[in-house]
Order: sequence, then C-alpha cells, then structure tokens
Amino acid sequence: MSVIHRAVIPIASREDIVHVRQLVREGAVAQGFSLVDQTKLVTAASELARNTLEHGGGGQVEITRFMESARRGVRLVFSDRGPGMADVEQAMKDGFTTGDGLGLGLGGSRRLCNEFSIESRPGQGTRVAIARWH
Amino acid sequence: MDKIPILRMGKFLLVSIQVDMHDRLALQLQDDLTNRIVSARARGVLIDISSLEVVDSFIGRMISNIAAMARVLDAQAVVVGMQPAVAITLVELGLSLEGVRTALDVERGMELLRALVAAQALQ
Repeated sequence: MSVIHRAVIPIASREDIVHVRQLVREGAVAQGFSLVDQTKLVTAASELARNTLEHGGGGQVEITRFMESARRGVRLVFSDRGPGMADVEQAMKDGFTTGDGLGLGLGGSRRLCNEFSIESRPGQGTRVAIARWH
Repeated sequence: MDKIPILRMGKFLLVSIQVDMHDRLALQLQDDLTNRIVSARARGVLIDISSLEVVDSFIGRMISNIAAMARVLDAQAVVVGMQPAVAITLVELGLSLEGVRTALDVERGMELLRALVAAQALQ
C-alpha cells in the first residue's frame, strides 16, 4: 500500500463533525470516487465522528488516501480514550444504543464501507478503522 | 449565528436546507419549525433537502421527528428533493424514514400537501 496523503484531525466539538465530513469528501473526490461512493464514505465518517465525540468524549480521525495495486481508496481511523465498550458484538447490532440515537452508527457504517474493524476495551477507549476504495 | 429560514406561504411553511448542518443547527430547526407550526397555525410543512449532500442518522432522525411533531400538531409534512446518492446511502445505512412523506421536487411536494390537507378537510 502506498500512502498518497495523510492527515490527523481532532474531534472535540459538533462543528468538528462537519469539518470531518468536508475533509473526507475532499479526500474521496481527490481519489476519483463516484458521487454515490463519496456519499457512502462521508456518511459513515459522520456516524463514526459522532460516536467518537459522544461516546468517546472526543478524539481524532486519521484520514489516509492510499493506492494499493490498481485500487485507489480512503482509509479512516477514529480513535478515542473514552470509556470503551465491553461488548463490541452487541454494539454492532442495529438498534443497540446507549445514547439517544437510533443505534445505526456502527452497523450502518460497516455496510457503507469495504473494510471495517473495531477494537475496544473498557477503560481504554475505542478504535474504529474503515476503508472504501474503487 | 446561522439559522435556517422558515418561509410562510398561506397555510404552509417552507424550509430549504442549503447548508451542511451541524447537529445543533438541526436541533434548532426542529424546535423552530414546531413552534412556527403552532404560531402560524400551519396545516403543512414542506422541507426541501435538494442541497443536502449527506443525511446521516442524526439528520434522518431530525426529519422523522419533524414529521411526527407536525402530525401531532394537526399538520402534514412532506420532504422533497432527496439526491439519489443520499437515498441509496440512507437505505444501506438502515434508515427508511418511516412515516415521512416524500415527493420528488417542490412542485410535486406542494401538490401532495394541498391534496393531504384537502382530504383531511373532508373527513
């Protein structure tokens, strides 16, 4: 995998969620994504950035534009040092929520991407990595 | 401070969302619209989202809430102009916006609102 561009963006306020959406959109456009692919990635980023803020108490996202053989893609890694989750399986299910949302964030984001992974430990925070390419 | 304007046209309220809303702005719109339905004695609300490039679960929930609040206040809500890429993404995300009436564009949305209000008057 060769990295074309990498940036780390803080997620500390609701305005930052809008900023993340804008930067992810720019990255997807730069990689030549179709409008539907751009929209899916930006929507997934919006869900995960909100999780980082609301459940993780803030954190960051690393946005990487990459090229792998003939594929061009964008990888996003959201991380926080919040309370973490004891049961990741349960958190992935649609409808499961501890906040006042719809509980679609994690499961929905996974459906919108080509690659999805999550690591979380109680007391140590959460890290969610997604990638989409074309 | 940015605010999304609500226009009144007869017994209807019109809203066109032209900016990428942060969460607080979305919540404010929800409150403002609910208050305006009562103060303007509106029978219908038309929400144009043709400029919205992203509808995530938060904004989706706001749209559902507005439709539900309009209903309990004896008004109808119609959402118009959703971009195809947004529609595809919403369904894959798992949001179906149940209970929200939609139309392809503003013109059809107004027709639908008039028909809904006329049908209600006959009951």
